[in-house]
Amino acid sequence: MNTTVVAQLQRQFQDYIVSLYQQGFLDNQFSELRKLQDEGTPDFVSEVVFLFFDDCSKLINTMSTSLEQPDNVDFKQLDSGVHQLKGSSSSVGAKRVKNVCISFKECCDVQNREGCLRCLQQVDYEYKMLKTKLQELFNLEQQILQAGGTIPQVDIS
Amino acid sequence: MVCEMETDQIEEMDVEVLPSMWPENVGTEADKQFNVEKPAGDLDTLKEVTIEETPTIADLTRLPELMNSTQQGSSQLTNLVKQWEYMQDNAVRLLREELKNLNRQREEAEAKELKIIEEYKFETNEPENVPVLDETSDLFRRFRQKKRDALVDSKKIEIYEEFDTVAYWKQKALNLEKMLEASTERERRLIEKLSESLKTMESQSAPVQELTQNLKRAEGFLHFILQNAPIVMGHQDKDLRYLFIYNKYPSLREQDILGKTDVEIFHGGGVKESQDFKREVLEKGKASKREITFTTDLFGSKTFLIYVEPVYNKAGEKIGINYMGMEVTEQVDKREKMAKLREDNAVRKAMESELNKTIHITEETMRAKQMLATMSHEIRSPLSGVVGMAEILSNTKLDKEQRQLLNVMISSGDLVLQLINDILDLSKVESGVMRLEATKFRPREVVKHVLQTAAASLKKSLTLEGNIADDVPIEVVGDVLRIRQILTNLISNAIKFTHEGNVGIKLQVISEPPFARENALNADTEEHEQNENAIPCLFKKYMQASADHARKYGGTGLGLAICKQLVELMGGQLTVTSRVNEGSTFTFILPYKVGTSDDYSDDQDEFSDMADHQSEPDDTAEGYFQFKPLLGSIYTNGGPGIGNDFLPHKVMLTSPIKLINGFVADPSNNTGQSEMLQLENGGYVDESKLETSSGHCPESAHQYENGNGRCFSKESESCSSSQASSEGGTLEMESELTVSSHTEEEKAETDLKETPKPKILLVEDNKINIMVAKSMMKQLGHSMDIANNGVEAITAINHSSYDLVLMDVCMPVLDGLKATRLIRSYEETGNWNAAIEAGVDIKTLENEQVSVRSTNRLPIIAMTANTLAESSEECYANGMDSFISKPVTLQKLRECLQQYLH
Repeated sequence: MNTTVVAQLQRQFQDYIVSLYQQGFLDNQFSELRKLQDEGTPDFVSEVVFLFFDDCSKLINTMSTSLEQPDNVDFKQLDSGVHQLKGSSSSVGAKRVKNVCISFKECCDVQNREGCLRCLQQVDYEYKMLKTKLQELFNLEQQILQAGGTIPQVDIS
Repeated sequence: MVCEMETDQIEEMDVEVLPSMWPENVGTEADKQFNVEKPAGDLDTLKEVTIEETPTIADLTRLPELMNSTQQGSSQLTNLVKQWEYMQDNAVRLLREELKNLNRQREEAEAKELKIIEEYKFETNEPENVPVLDETSDLFRRFRQKKRDALVDSKKIEIYEEFDTVAYWKQKALNLEKMLEASTERERRLIEKLSESLKTMESQSAPVQELTQNLKRAEGFLHFILQNAPIVMGHQDKDLRYLFIYNKYPSLREQDILGKTDVEIFHGGGVKESQDFKREVLEKGKASKREITFTTDLFGSKTFLIYVEPVYNKAGEKIGINYMGMEVTEQVDKREKMAKLREDNAVRKAMESELNKTIHITEETMRAKQMLATMSHEIRSPLSGVVGMAEILSNTKLDKEQRQLLNVMISSGDLVLQLINDILDLSKVESGVMRLEATKFRPREVVKHVLQTAAASLKKSLTLEGNIADDVPIEVVGDVLRIRQILTNLISNAIKFTHEGNVGIKLQVISEPPFARENALNADTEEHEQNENAIPCLFKKYMQASADHARKYGGTGLGLAICKQLVELMGGQLTVTSRVNEGSTFTFILPYKVGTSDDYSDDQDEFSDMADHQSEPDDTAEGYFQFKPLLGSIYTNGGPGIGNDFLPHKVMLTSPIKLINGFVADPSNNTGQSEMLQLENGGYVDESKLETSSGHCPESAHQYENGNGRCFSKESESCSSSQASSEGGTLEMESELTVSSHTEEEKAETDLKETPKPKILLVEDNKINIMVAKSMMKQLGHSMDIANNGVEAITAINHSSYDLVLMDVCMPVLDGLKATRLIRSYEETGNWNAAIEAGVDIKTLENEQVSVRSTNRLPIIAMTANTLAESSEECYANGMDSFISKPVTLQKLRECLQQYLH
């Protein structure tokens, strides 16, 4: 439609995604995801990512319930939750979430409830943060597509 | 100074003489009137003396000098004495004069008395106005005149009576009587004064005593002070002979010292120095201090602080020196200790900072290396994407030019990938992360594959030769991948720098040192101008023989460094001998173990299968390979008496999957014979020598072979008698070829397209991971079945046959490791008993499955979040074939599929 608008949006998109990488929200795995998205599956990334967010919210709920009792925390269950979360976040390239999960797991291993609670809060914060950021990104994508442009390839390195 | 004082005194004395001429009272009057400025100077001689005394008290400070009995000191003393004598003389003179005056006055008084008496006589005998004797009257007149002069203050005798009456004379006599009395009184007073003066005379001798006392006091004071002081004082004359010495702790008697010089008295270190120092002071005429350490037999090693000053006589000539020494041994020791401590401290500090710097540098280096490794890793992923895509692209329809461009792209990409892999390998080895795997492998096959691979891309007319000694075991245990890497590296280097002739590998067992195998690899490179002095650089990273070489041959220079490190990691050593224009020989020696095999029966089964399938001559024990350049794809595999034509490759290429599966499923397949051989070897560990050699003529290759004979190569019974045919070796070799050679690979992949799609099972519990992996598989052109845990996986495997399983390690219900163990157990035993025991519910037609699948090994690839070696070891220990670290990427999946599916 309007090439200048598209170009502007594209630049905006590029800057934004680069900033997400630079700020450590995302890592290469996210690029992998984007590679997998093609004409056949145009919404692959957002599908996976939102599945991930749903997963996060569920897991975090479960974990916070199990962390509620101060005395008998089921660390095994907690651990499996963290493991799940770590696997998923690693798969989608949610770097910050993954990093928190790593320390979360360490806390779990030594059965440090305080640490776990702290990590849980962090995970909650990080995934919500990422969710907002990615929503923004997808919005930009939509705008570009609506303006008749194509999603630019972004060279992260 | 002293002289000045003396003259002053003399002047004063001269002045003093004058007032004595005056009558006492008049003199006083005159002084009061005219000498107001100097009121006391003239009269009080005693005062003068006391004034003189003050400087002598001040001189107390100079008493040490007196004590030292120098000329200066004695002259001072004599001055004092002289001065005292002067004063004494003066006093005596004054007294005498006074005495004289008094005497005169007395005489006058007597004369007066006489006259009075005479007058009285006159009055009684004759009247005044009738003088009888002129002389008497003359005398009388003179007396009266004199009386008037002398007695100024005496009242005139008043006579109220009539002259020449009795009363008159009586009164006169009375008056005279009074006058006489007064005169007598005066005389008495004068005598008193005289005696008083005499007394003061006596008391005037006191200052001399005082002086002596002072001297004594000073001496006492000095003794008191110096009593315990570690001080030596002395005076030496011009020739530095002692004239005087004071030493609190004398170790020598005075007569041993006096009149002698230092050198004559003492022997040992420092004596000469002190003597010289004294002489120097004497010559320069300037007092100075110095610290001298003496080492003498007399009092051992002691340090003295010595003060030396020159001494002059009155004429200003040098007559000797005063010297004073104080023992400061302890202080010097302490000072030196302190200095040493300080020095040590400084040195330690310097070392510390140096160390810190080193640590810092090391840390920096480590960080830099780490960064390089990380970066390389980061680069590798996208790059393999590029190369992979380019490869896929090359399968599509392209015109000639496009294909050419694409080929350039692929080869460049491969080059970069290789470089990055090299860097990663190096950093792995350096950081100690590199772990070696211990797997059984066949050295002959390895050599063959390496050569074949090299031959496949050979663009020069070189002959590649492999020569393996007969006693090299069929199978050995080691890290085949790394050994292959080393060989490939060396061979590609050899090929790169050899322009014509042979490049070859020789493998030999070396019997010494025991329990070690030596792979001696000789790469003989023709034409390569390798200077002797370039050799030390060979194994250094990024180093090439010269800049010219770099331009001419390219490459990163990492290859040999990696080879060396790998060989050393395996406990061996890599050496090189080189002669310009004759070639180079790289030799590496590795210890090795002989594997024991326990899957005898399986092998037999397989071999019989294989034998049915393809009756090919055995090459497991074959010791010689030769490859001509791939121009026209002509391979010669010249075994001893065994001809090898091109047929097997063709066969392989047309039905790759089955054969490769056969290989992959059982990499340890073996012949009965070779196994026997290993058993014969039993616990012994042999050494073999692997050697690549190249030369422009076959003779040279032989030469090297002979040359290696010196390396304790052990000739054992030929094992070529092992006849049982095994296709495994050949096939493995071919499969290797297809992977590493692009042209071959293309064919292979084209062939793949025609075969049915492989069945892949993904065992994973994480939905998101499943989603991603599935999408990736789709991208790679494959579909997958999904199992959410180990139990589901076992069920799925039981239901249908898969070509590949991707297994998550950490899963609920049944984890990947356990599941894999159960699957392997099933493969071995043909039943799921173990799984059932473990609580897995198996409900299938077992018999049917057993017959079909029991002998095939299903490739199971672990997917692990942990890339550490422990984890991979665990995977292998549980029967997994390989592992992919999470998160799974397209590239990793592709590599995995390439390795296990064809």
